[in-house]
Amino acid sequence: MYNKPFKNIDSFKPSKYELLPFDLEIISETNVHISNMLGEYLTLSKEHISELIEQKLEIDSRLYKELKRKFFIFDDTDEINTVIDLLSTRFRTKNQLISNFTGLHIFVVSLRCEHSCSYCQVSRQNVESVDFDMTEEIALKAIDLMFKSPSPSLKVEFQGGEPLLNFKTIQFVVNKAKERNAIEKRDIAFVIATNLALVDDAILEFCKEHGVLISTSLDGPSFIHNKNRYRPGNDSHMKAVEGIKKVRSVLGYDRVGALMTTTALSLKHPKEIINEYLANGFNSIFLRPISPYGFAVKGTKANQDLDEWLEFYFKGLEYIIELNKNGIKIREDYASIILSKIYGSRESGYVDLQNPAGLGISAVVYNYDAKLYASDEGRMLKEMGVEVFCLGDIRNQTYEELFANENFLEILERSVLESSPECYQCAYRQYCGSDPVYHFATQGDFTGNKSRSGFCKKNKTLFKKLIELYENDLETRSIFQSWFKRD
Amino acid sequence: MLDLNFDIVSSSSKDTIKGKLFKLTCFKDLQGAIALEYALIVKESSMHHQTQYGLYIYTDQKLYNESPLENKVLFPETATYLAENDIIKINSQADRVRTLYRKKANTNSFLVTENCNSFCLMCSQPPKKKDDSFLLKEIIELLPHIPKDCPEVGFTGGEPFLRGGAFIEVLRSVKQQLPHSSVHILSNGRLFKDINLARDLGSLEISDLMIGIPLYSDLSYVHDFIVQSQHAFTETIKGILNLKKMNVKVEIRFVIHKENYQSIQNFASFISRNFPFVDHVAFMGLENTGFAKHNHEQLWVDPIDYMGDLKESVLHLTRKGINVSIYNHQLCLIPFELYPNYRKSISDWKNEYFDECGKCSKIEHCGGFFSSTMSKSRALKAI
Repeated sequence: MYNKPFKNIDSFKPSKYELLPFDLEIISETNVHISNMLGEYLTLSKEHISELIEQKLEIDSRLYKELKRKFFIFDDTDEINTVIDLLSTRFRTKNQLISNFTGLHIFVVSLRCEHSCSYCQVSRQNVESVDFDMTEEIALKAIDLMFKSPSPSLKVEFQGGEPLLNFKTIQFVVNKAKERNAIEKRDIAFVIATNLALVDDAILEFCKEHGVLISTSLDGPSFIHNKNRYRPGNDSHMKAVEGIKKVRSVLGYDRVGALMTTTALSLKHPKEIINEYLANGFNSIFLRPISPYGFAVKGTKANQDLDEWLEFYFKGLEYIIELNKNGIKIREDYASIILSKIYGSRESGYVDLQNPAGLGISAVVYNYDAKLYASDEGRMLKEMGVEVFCLGDIRNQTYEELFANENFLEILERSVLESSPECYQCAYRQYCGSDPVYHFATQGDFTGNKSRSGFCKKNKTLFKKLIELYENDLETRSIFQSWFKRD
Repeated sequence: MLDLNFDIVSSSSKDTIKGKLFKLTCFKDLQGAIALEYALIVKESSMHHQTQYGLYIYTDQKLYNESPLENKVLFPETATYLAENDIIKINSQADRVRTLYRKKANTNSFLVTENCNSFCLMCSQPPKKKDDSFLLKEIIELLPHIPKDCPEVGFTGGEPFLRGGAFIEVLRSVKQQLPHSSVHILSNGRLFKDINLARDLGSLEISDLMIGIPLYSDLSYVHDFIVQSQHAFTETIKGILNLKKMNVKVEIRFVIHKENYQSIQNFASFISRNFPFVDHVAFMGLENTGFAKHNHEQLWVDPIDYMGDLKESVLHLTRKGINVSIYNHQLCLIPFELYPNYRKSISDWKNEYFDECGKCSKIEHCGGFFSSTMSKSRALKAI
């Protein structure tokens, strides 16, 4: 107790509270998960949720304080305009990336490839057919369009086919973009996505001079990698591993990244794949979902694949957590993207989990033939005969015509979660995104029926499981926190 | 503890020095009009030759008695800390001195006002209601004399921004006269609920300006209780948002005591989620003066009892990319993981060490104790 002139805490306590908007999902017989537009969440019992809504909560209870500090309620010691100012600042900060518009610009410089990967979704062309290369004329148009994007940072990613088969166009783009950037002053980065089989000293010297990064494929140990990524001589794995070493020796240790593609074969070997990444000196791995494109896009096979993938994923994640607990630092990138969406203050910018969809907004694809695609998967669907994700032809259309085309805007509009059936009241909406390409490929509809959607099932399962892991073990929580993207 | 305000022991002529401000020097050959602005610190009789200094300062009685000079004063022996480039002010009766600026101090802070719109349970400088606008006038008088290489100037209160436009004008003058100095202001931030004040401050564009704002809880009514003012939390929150909108750097200060030590972790998580853009977070030990002394029993908590929570909170904020410091603690109580965040923060004129500290190998890195300290942690030890 305090003596005069000081007042005791009772004089300052609130007397009544009101609700702020939130969504809920019943997660068990007894419990309800609630979340709000900031992504704050809480799990509470069904009795408590009734008390909350009927405004009967005890002001001194732990639950009251927890709901208040997470902005599910506000009371007469708060002032609503200040609460709104605070919340809208957070919401704006979190979604700031949208206003930057397109940051990732994918240049498909050639469809030619000397690999014959089992899962290739691009109609690769054989090594001699130069008709499938991007010309300098088209590359210049693409560079022009790229600088029309308002984004303060631009990332140019060269893809294929095998982009190194058309290295002269890569050199041309890097030189021209840098020339242009002397005036534009954007934060610009270059990446070549390559299988490394063709990398040589001259290429690496160029990369070193211009700060170009390398991204390669590593699907796992040789028995997986070589099966997935067939190449005459069956030496794809060896080429990749040697290539990684070579790149590091010239460009530096952190200038090469690796991505894995998950196949039916990979699903049985999460540990072996993770060990392969460790053995090659990587401190992160992206356990990517099986792509639904190219095969098994419809029907029960897709769901079965998803269940198997989830099992694979959680086995892998469990192993990664165990490694970290034993002092071996390795990050799982899919988890870290989702965790930073749940617990971070800024969007990670991951293309496949954006609301509205990341199509054209997060990334755009300049195809070798001057066609512009709203996403890499959109380009792949085109190779299967679906044209809807093509924004137009960059040779004769303006930036405005390409990016404000009715067809494209319609797709984006249908991808907004706040107005999508089921999503609009989902308690995990704030962490989620839209994937019109996936839903078009699997259901023939940009929005998709979420009760039948593998995308929905996959992400909701991940959100729930990651929250559970974060909440239930302090050691796991601090490992997860070390994975967050810094703001 | 240094005696920054002291009585004059003896002086030769009160009329010529009363109310005056002097820069101090040890250089005995200053010539001309400029010498009048200076007080010469006389350390030996060879300095007794006549020039035209505004004042001659002695701390040695014998030397003072022997001095043939006019305008001589004798200061107490506790004033021997005074050195070159320090600035002092003689009061209007010419019987007392205030040290306004010390070149060697780790911080030079200026009291803007003792008026305040809060009434914090642990205030180290309890607010007063009387008009003290002369303080600001004194700062204006002092500013041109501060050495241009002064690294940092601080302003405290009370609540400095109660002086409104007049204080903003002082800051404008700081920017003009000390363009290379960092400026740190302690404010409860409540008045910045008015965006116009935030705009006025922001538009000064002082290059390295930081406002240190106390926030004592993540729950509105707990903060309101600690600062003894209804709606203070809301006003401070609004103020922080407005300052950041105007690109002013903000530091959040959390003084730890019995009313909030159990919710340090909740507080840290509140900051990282709602204010990831703040420039600095400081966790501060209690200074046992003013109201904190009065409310000692209600407020004091052994730091060792919250050290675990403090560690988690600091690490959490650090992982989120926020700069965090720990002020006013003894190094031996701090887990080694937090050494990078530990600051030797207790002002050099009011810190002390205990006997057992003499055996400690890290004493030079430790801030020690406030000389006002009443309770010691049970976990203190030489390390």
